[in-house]
Amino acid sequence: MSSVRVLAGTRKGAFILTSDATRRDWEIDGPYFAGWEIYHMKGSPIDPDRIYASQTSGWFGQIVQRSDDGGRTWNTPGTSEEDLRGPDGLPRGRSNDFRYDGIPGTHQWYDGTQHPWEFKRVWHFEPAHDSPDHVYAGVEDAALFESNDGGKSWRELSALRNHDSGPKWQPGAGGMCLHTILLDPANAKRMFVAISAAGAFRSDDAGETWKPINRGLRSNFMPDAEAEVGHCVHRIAMHASRPQTLFMQKHWDVMRSDDGGDSWREVSGNLPTDFGFPIDVHAHEPETIYVVPIKSDSEHFPLEGKLRVYRSRTGGNEWEELSHGLPERDCYVNVLRDAMCVDSLDPCGIYFGTTGGQIYASADSGDSWNAIVRDLPAVLSVEVQTLR
Amino acid sequence: MIRIELPQHLRTLARVKGEVQLDVNGPATMHEVVDALEIKYPMLSGTIRDQSTRRRRPLVRFFACGDDISHLPLEAALPSQIATGTEPLIIVGAIAGG
Repeated sequence: MSSVRVLAGTRKGAFILTSDATRRDWEIDGPYFAGWEIYHMKGSPIDPDRIYASQTSGWFGQIVQRSDDGGRTWNTPGTSEEDLRGPDGLPRGRSNDFRYDGIPGTHQWYDGTQHPWEFKRVWHFEPAHDSPDHVYAGVEDAALFESNDGGKSWRELSALRNHDSGPKWQPGAGGMCLHTILLDPANAKRMFVAISAAGAFRSDDAGETWKPINRGLRSNFMPDAEAEVGHCVHRIAMHASRPQTLFMQKHWDVMRSDDGGDSWREVSGNLPTDFGFPIDVHAHEPETIYVVPIKSDSEHFPLEGKLRVYRSRTGGNEWEELSHGLPERDCYVNVLRDAMCVDSLDPCGIYFGTTGGQIYASADSGDSWNAIVRDLPAVLSVEVQTLR
Repeated sequence: MIRIELPQHLRTLARVKGEVQLDVNGPATMHEVVDALEIKYPMLSGTIRDQSTRRRRPLVRFFACGDDISHLPLEAALPSQIATGTEPLIIVGAIAGG
């Protein structure tokens, strides 16, 4: 029988929540890495027992953790007894060595001056489709790294950061992070990334060269509202069956592209506010998308204290409020950009976590919701694995 | 033999309890101690010194014989009581945050 495994990263550790396909009763394990910030965990699409986790701390920096047994046990890659007995011998310990390629240069700082690129943490892991040992990492300050040895070592795909526009990239309030990595399942050479606040970029040659794909975005906080880069893209999402179609939650505005990001059009439609962080696509309906409207960029909480997911079954513009089972009053949490996901069961399950420590799940494509856990630390990310 | 007290998070990461004991090559300095620590416990690489700059992480502090030696050069000789294991070298995470 199928089951689901939810991987939740929080401000104070990781939690793993499991259920059978009914998604009614949940078992909650954790905290793993107690006291550390877990920015993101994600499993390999090839081997679901292979999970990567980004463990970070303002004190001790970045740690990469890897599980090869579905999250039961964890190791920093390259430091297991087996690794240390290997032909290369001691020392290892390069799994958290995210060193920029060459002289890093500078990007724009909050005050408009230039500021050196400085590695801070991994925001997002994206395991590749070809091997469990192949994984990408999106980091702050914004750059893309790749590992081909299961996270034991990393190399920067530096053409992205070295793009001519790099000195114009600037941090958003959360830092200058590369937070979204989308891999085209039909074209191993095509990938998309998104950076706050630089925008979206596409590579058609496996990361050798990159192109900003922000035409059609409008950001009124910028001197040139339609500039090539500088947009605060919060998240982009894609359905595996239609890799040419992308959906974007921008700082303000929900956007859509049908040409692989070459051009975008706004599909905010009747949303009560088009500010928000996450966006995702239904597993079986490529035109059904989900967002969580947030009041504004100065008030990071839902409108009127009512937590709501909005669903469009038309690929945008026409949105319906989903509220059954969600708080009707006094709710002032946020839902962060990597904290929403979908499973591939039928009906499709939707999950999101809040800064108030709740993880909500819907087993019916969003029609109704339940909190599967209520009192975790602030939730930074939520991923789900559908296990068959 | 040098005795080291690690902060709780690094003890957990290294899967050790209590003090860590190790020998260093050459004179006992913080660089040598951290080098030896990272060889014995590779999962600690980069947690005390930044991987690329090899400088002390800002919120990590070093104490020896009751003194805060965090701002001494990492190449400076440690006190003889630390070098001989009479006193432990204490590595702490600065008290900050929530």
